[in-house]
Amino acid sequence: MALLQLERISAQYPGAAEPVLADISLSLGPQQLLVALGPSGSGKTSLLNLIAGFVSPSAGRITLDGVPVQGPSAERGVVFQDDALLPWQDVLANVAFGLELAGVPRPQREQKAREMLALVDLAGFAERRIWQLSGGQKQRVGLARALAADPRVLLMDEPFGALDAFTREQMQELLLQVWQRTAKPVFLITHDIEEAVFLATDLILLAPNPGRVVERLHLDFGQRYAAGESARSIKSDPRFIETREHVLARVFSQRSAAGRQEFA
Amino acid sequence: MSSLDLPVTAKPVAGAHPARRTLSTRWISGLTLGGLLALWWLVTAAEWIEPLFLPSPQAVLGKAWLLLTQGYMESTLWQHLGASLSRIGLALGAAILTAIPIGIAIGRNRIARGVLDPLIEFYRPIPPLAYLPLIVIWCGIGELSKVLLIYLAIFAPIAIATATGVRTVDPAKLRAAQSLGASKAQLIRHVILPSALPDILTGVRIGLGVGWSTLVAAELIAATSGLGFMVQSAAQFLVTDVVVLGILVIALIAFALEMGLRALQRKLVPWHGQSH
Repeated sequence: MALLQLERISAQYPGAAEPVLADISLSLGPQQLLVALGPSGSGKTSLLNLIAGFVSPSAGRITLDGVPVQGPSAERGVVFQDDALLPWQDVLANVAFGLELAGVPRPQREQKAREMLALVDLAGFAERRIWQLSGGQKQRVGLARALAADPRVLLMDEPFGALDAFTREQMQELLLQVWQRTAKPVFLITHDIEEAVFLATDLILLAPNPGRVVERLHLDFGQRYAAGESARSIKSDPRFIETREHVLARVFSQRSAAGRQEFA
Repeated sequence: MSSLDLPVTAKPVAGAHPARRTLSTRWISGLTLGGLLALWWLVTAAEWIEPLFLPSPQAVLGKAWLLLTQGYMESTLWQHLGASLSRIGLALGAAILTAIPIGIAIGRNRIARGVLDPLIEFYRPIPPLAYLPLIVIWCGIGELSKVLLIYLAIFAPIAIATATGVRTVDPAKLRAAQSLGASKAQLIRHVILPSALPDILTGVRIGLGVGWSTLVAAELIAATSGLGFMVQSAAQFLVTDVVVLGILVIALIAFALEMGLRALQRKLVPWHGQSH
């Protein structure tokens, strides 16, 4: 089973005085859906880029099952905010792209891609062109594409940030179903508080300047949804509301603290 | 009464309006061309202009038939056309095969950019006819120097367009492919080349335009066949109808090349211009 570990990670852009991220430690294992929540500038995307291997940390160690992470690789699948699909391929070829790169013969990879499309409820869309899809459908294709390559962990960079509220809720529920069925560890970043509280088994709250973890929470709302409870009943549960308000208060207390610093 | 009439008359006008709008641009273009032809016919039929300066449309058409069947300067029109087209075809093929890899290298590699960029930018602004004499001194007046001249004219636009296309590839798409396990070669084959294809095709369109004008100019100076040669030698004997015919054929070919490439662009890159 996959275990991703970050040990005392710091990151700095070349030429910048302040580090983007300072001294971040966390681990992500099976059955976990780790959500990083924070305002813009708190280094959420930098953290994901480090784990994906797009950039290297200035200090610290990232390992997956004990092996140091060096550069991007198919074992860490990524779903991007702006789908990043390839418009010259149809939906099926996009989903099968990772397998094509790995040299899997066409019949096998197309069969696997169809399975993944069924998993994200897009079974009838295999021959569509990318520009014929809605925003939510594109994100599903992006999710199916990442899953088709069978990564050991799934990284999601504000995957529902550009969607309308209704589609976003549908996508959150879909993600929980997929997470439950594939049993892959998921690392997701978002700035939507309700989304974070609903999805996370583990929630980390990031604060900016420099990006650091200010709070860690263990939650079970996502597991309750996966166990069959309806999203509406979870979101109207007093405990859910209480948790959401607690997280909201933390985010606002940071913001006013940051405001005071600026005035001082 | 008038208040009753109004909607009845207004309705068909409103319905006919969009149809008239879509036709109008083509109609204007068609009418312009037709008007120009009619004017040409009028000034020649009324003998306001000597046939030596402007032969009539009928005379040019008749000459075209003569050239197609009997030829001019020992070659038929088809042979002149074939000579010109094979020259530009050879040069275009060689330019595509070399300029695209070099453009990718300039766009991807810092050292390749440092070496090649100034070389291309140095020769690109020079009119090809300015270095034609040097090419003739080096390579003689055979086919090689003409093809080489056209090749150089086509090469720069394609290489520069390719490099631009490669440099503007969406970084998110590159990262997506990398996180799916793409190697460097796979990135070029599956992401960079298709992303840059719209730019490459634009480069080919520009290159072909420059190449065609360079070809005709080169044939005016040093050739024994080709459309440019036909026009030039006809001009020396004041055979004006052949000159006019040659110019019309040259324009038609340029137009056909442009239209063909636009159709190719629509077919090869249907996603270009789609919001996604």
